[in-house]
Amino acid sequence: MISGLLGLLTTLRWLFRKPVTAHYPKQHLPVQERYMGFPALLWDDTAAEPFCTGCMVCVRECPTQCMSAQMHDNPKFASGESHRRKIIQTFEINLNRCILCGICVDVCAFDAIEMSYEHELSSFSRTGARADLGLLLELGGRYTETTQWQATNPEKNVASVALAKRAAAKTQAGEAEGKA
Amino acid sequence: MEGTAAPMSAEPQTGVVDMMLNMGPQHPATHGVFRMVLSIDGERVVGVRPHIGYLHRGSEKLSEHESYGQVITLFDRLDYVSNLNNELVFARAAEELMGVEAPERAQYIRTILCELNRVASHLLFIGTYALDVGAMTPVMYTFRERERVQNLFEHVTGARMMHNYFRIGGVKEDVPGDFAERVRSVVRHLREGVEETDRLLTFNEVYLARTRGVGVISAADAVSCGLTGPCLRGSGVAYDVRKAYPYEVYDRLEFDVPVGEFGDCWDRYWVRLQECYESLRMTEQALEQMPDGLVMAPGRRIARPPKGEAYAHAENPRGDIGVFLVSDGTDKPYRVKVRPPSFCNLVGLERMMDGAYVADAVAILGSLDIVLGEVDR
Ligand code: SF4
Ligand code: SF4
Repeated sequence: MISGLLGLLTTLRWLFRKPVTAHYPKQHLPVQERYMGFPALLWDDTAAEPFCTGCMVCVRECPTQCMSAQMHDNPKFASGESHRRKIIQTFEINLNRCILCGICVDVCAFDAIEMSYEHELSSFSRTGARADLGLLLELGGRYTETTQWQATNPEKNVASVALAKRAAAKTQAGEAEGKA
Repeated sequence: MEGTAAPMSAEPQTGVVDMMLNMGPQHPATHGVFRMVLSIDGERVVGVRPHIGYLHRGSEKLSEHESYGQVITLFDRLDYVSNLNNELVFARAAEELMGVEAPERAQYIRTILCELNRVASHLLFIGTYALDVGAMTPVMYTFRERERVQNLFEHVTGARMMHNYFRIGGVKEDVPGDFAERVRSVVRHLREGVEETDRLLTFNEVYLARTRGVGVISAADAVSCGLTGPCLRGSGVAYDVRKAYPYEVYDRLEFDVPVGEFGDCWDRYWVRLQECYESLRMTEQALEQMPDGLVMAPGRRIARPPKGEAYAHAENPRGDIGVFLVSDGTDKPYRVKVRPPSFCNLVGLERMMDGAYVADAVAILGSLDIVLGEVDR
């Protein structure tokens, strides 16, 4: 009897406080900074092309084998606009199979893929979860915008920085040759 | 049903056959897809036959096709309410195989997160168990508190449940800068929340009537059935892997091992409740002691252990989880064998149910706190 009243007292105290529940479709809670949503590809503005070289490391390391990629020769490499010899041609992630583990981000050495904040991508079509290169880059664009994303290794991966470094190395080598 | 068909004979059979009652696989109290067939004699249960396998996903076999780093994602999904504890035990088995040790800071991070995960798991148990025996309110409180832990995990690991955060030789990345403050505030809130649930439930008459003296298993029986974790400690056996075979930094933390008295449902509940307090205590201590430094042992990123085998075990919220790992020298394990505590605890079900009322079957099953993802793997 007493314990029952004690319990009532405990619940009574919460009667006058604000509810902690968020009513989902109407109310969205913000995600945390490190939140891992669906993977997305990033866009290198300095060369107007994706960071991804299609090296296939992430495709091999994905535990659910939900990605596929194809690379081709980068036309911008020949014209000197980019330092990427190869570039991604098609890329597809089956988001239905993706388990949001973040392994693809871990293994990518080109800063090309990130776990975005997207988590509400349901669609009515059967193939709606097959994210192609365009959609992945769009998601990535949204992600870089909201987080002010910076490449972790710009010297290697951002085209303008990498090209400048290469040019500097070349002139240095030229100078050294001239001296010798 | 087995045993019900009467043998053909000239004389008409007048023997008595037990009634069979099928419970599950879809039953709200089975927490997953678990089926048991009860033999009933009037109001009493005289036999129980668990049927498992409805959630079998072949995790052990799948592990043989995944590289060591990828197997961690499978371990997340074994016991899906204490993911980090599972990740830890696999990481430790692989570390033992490779002869590496996680840096001290990583060990502290892992300990803190595992203890918080234990609290989250126990809170889930307390809430749903109260629901099983007919108390509607506590689950609201415990889920609210559990959400705090879940949010903290999202802040640290990036995911609420399937974290994939522990690595062989450390953790994925260092914790965010405000980790200590957030953990402190979570611990403070959790302690209040657990106390509140304690007040609400523990000595409630109705709850006591439903759980006291129900599903009793003696200490000797518990040991011989191979129970571990709170189910064993509820019977009064103070066996805890964290004390008996300390791993990570547990030898540097001060904590008690709460034990029950009679081995009934209430004792198993009480042990879990007390463990919540102990875990919070441990978390605070570990936070005080946490040094700076690396969070990942230096070495190759892709694990390729030498030929050999290793066994590691740890205290999961449900009991003693063990992983036996055999390596053939490639980057994929040759065999991964899991000793899931939930599965082993199910062995005790028959003894607990023997002679119990049918109405108590749910209370007894719930008090084992099985997670079917782990039972079926
Ligand atoms: S995302 Fe990274 S790892 Fe994957 S193919 Fe592109 S460059 Fe390679
Ligand atoms: S997050 Fe994991 S499952 Fe998803 S695409 Fe990346 S590696 Fe594959």
